[in-house]
Amino acid sequence: MKSTEQAETEIRAVLRDHGRLAQDIATLTSDADLYQAGMTSHASVNVMLALEGKFDVEFPDRMLKRSVFASVDAIRGALTELGAIEGADAQVAQA
Amino acid sequence: MGFDLVQISTVAQSLEQFGAVYERRIFTDGESRYARSSSTLVAQRLAARFAAKEAVMKALQLAETGVGWRDIEVVKQGSGDCEVALHGRAAEAAQAAGAQQIQLSMSHDGDYAGASVCVVFAPPETVFPDS
Repeated sequence: MKSTEQAETEIRAVLRDHGRLAQDIATLTSDADLYQAGMTSHASVNVMLALEGKFDVEFPDRMLKRSVFASVDAIRGALTELGAIEGADAQVAQA
Repeated sequence: MGFDLVQISTVAQSLEQFGAVYERRIFTDGESRYARSSSTLVAQRLAARFAAKEAVMKALQLAETGVGWRDIEVVKQGSGDCEVALHGRAAEAAQAAGAQQIQLSMSHDGDYAGASVCVVFAPPETVFPDS
């Protein structure tokens, strides 16, 4: 299971490589709308597949919503729900 | 109504990068079988079908429903026409919305494929006040 910081780095790398964004991902805040930044519906498919490979998860159909891939924060939340990222509780417990 | 436009080269790239994982996730066996019946038009046909799926999602407002791409299928008829077949959550949502018919038109030219969808809904019930 990846830490939140590691996960955010890897999520941004996936978006850089597959999101076909019109802006540099490094300039986008974690709550920035990725579709407004240029990600198309087809690019979001590639992002999903790359995330599944990188984090060894599969997004179930119920999570195939536009909002799930709308921002770095949203993606991180989805991956946390799937158990691929340490939740906030786990990180607090370790602190 | 719903409309979507897809760059065919991006579909070709996805096939190259993700291979069968991409194809099996997005397209039904029937869609893949038809697309691959021509070795030179695979990406074009798949791109048009992806555009059709997205157009259906827009027309039925399924963006936040949680629908798999394979639940929206483009079926090639013997006449050569293409029709939309809905399965699973897509079918449930369409029925709940009162969708009676889905009309589809697809095309591809150069590096682009597009699809337009029109959904015919059942008319709302008219309630007449007691006279």
